[in-house]
Amino acid sequence: MNIDLIVFIALMALGYGFGQFAERRHYRSILQREADTLKVPAMTLKTLPPQLHGCSVALVSGNVVISVDFFKRFLSSLRNLVGGRVKSYESLLDRARREAVLRMKEAAIAQGAKVIANVRIETASISKYSRGKESVGSIEVLAYGTAIMPGRPQV
Amino acid sequence: MIVTNLETIPGKTIVRHFGLVQGNTIRAKHIGRDIMAGLKNIFGGELAGYTELLSESRQEATDRMIAQAESIGANAVLNVRYSTSSVAQGAAELYAYGTAVVVE
Repeated sequence: MNIDLIVFIALMALGYGFGQFAERRHYRSILQREADTLKVPAMTLKTLPPQLHGCSVALVSGNVVISVDFFKRFLSSLRNLVGGRVKSYESLLDRARREAVLRMKEAAIAQGAKVIANVRIETASISKYSRGKESVGSIEVLAYGTAIMPGRPQV
Repeated sequence: MIVTNLETIPGKTIVRHFGLVQGNTIRAKHIGRDIMAGLKNIFGGELAGYTELLSESRQEATDRMIAQAESIGANAVLNVRYSTSSVAQGAAELYAYGTAVVVE
């Protein structure tokens, strides 16, 4: 019993320490890269302005699998008792979506794209069984869209 | 082969329509990655092994879809969509589908 408690507290402390550190570092990197890739807009529109007709197109995608730390998972299980906003998961999903969109944008920029059209974002939870019941272990986010590359004829 | 998730290719016209083409793959994760993932579940953060696994699998599903489109004589696949579903514990299905057409 005592050992269990010590292990639990150690996991909470590790999760809190590393989790907060990783999240802060990740947000810094996201903000930096979002500023860098601002010149390539990712739109959810399907129709393109006529000046982009005749450009070469290609499917681009970016995905990320990201996991919540032990501390936040514990907080969310407490939140389950009283209901309300689960902030610990909100930031997880926010980070994952922005990261996936950024990876898609970076893939598009590498191919010389100017615009990404019809962007779709899909989320899947990779569940994990612990002690016989299902709990959300990690989530996968996929962002995909069509990169429009002007000045290159379609092959 | 033009692959896009737009419904038309800007500046081109669809001259022939072949209907749905699809590709799927089901992948299980391996134990080494699972152990790493268990650690990451404590510390939080990206599971790079899974990210890679899923993007490889999705590429394979896309390749199968493209192979099917090529075999029926299409030169483009439009309105491509992806979907993911978990079929069993530890295995995921990656599915890609689209409409095969001939464009000019």
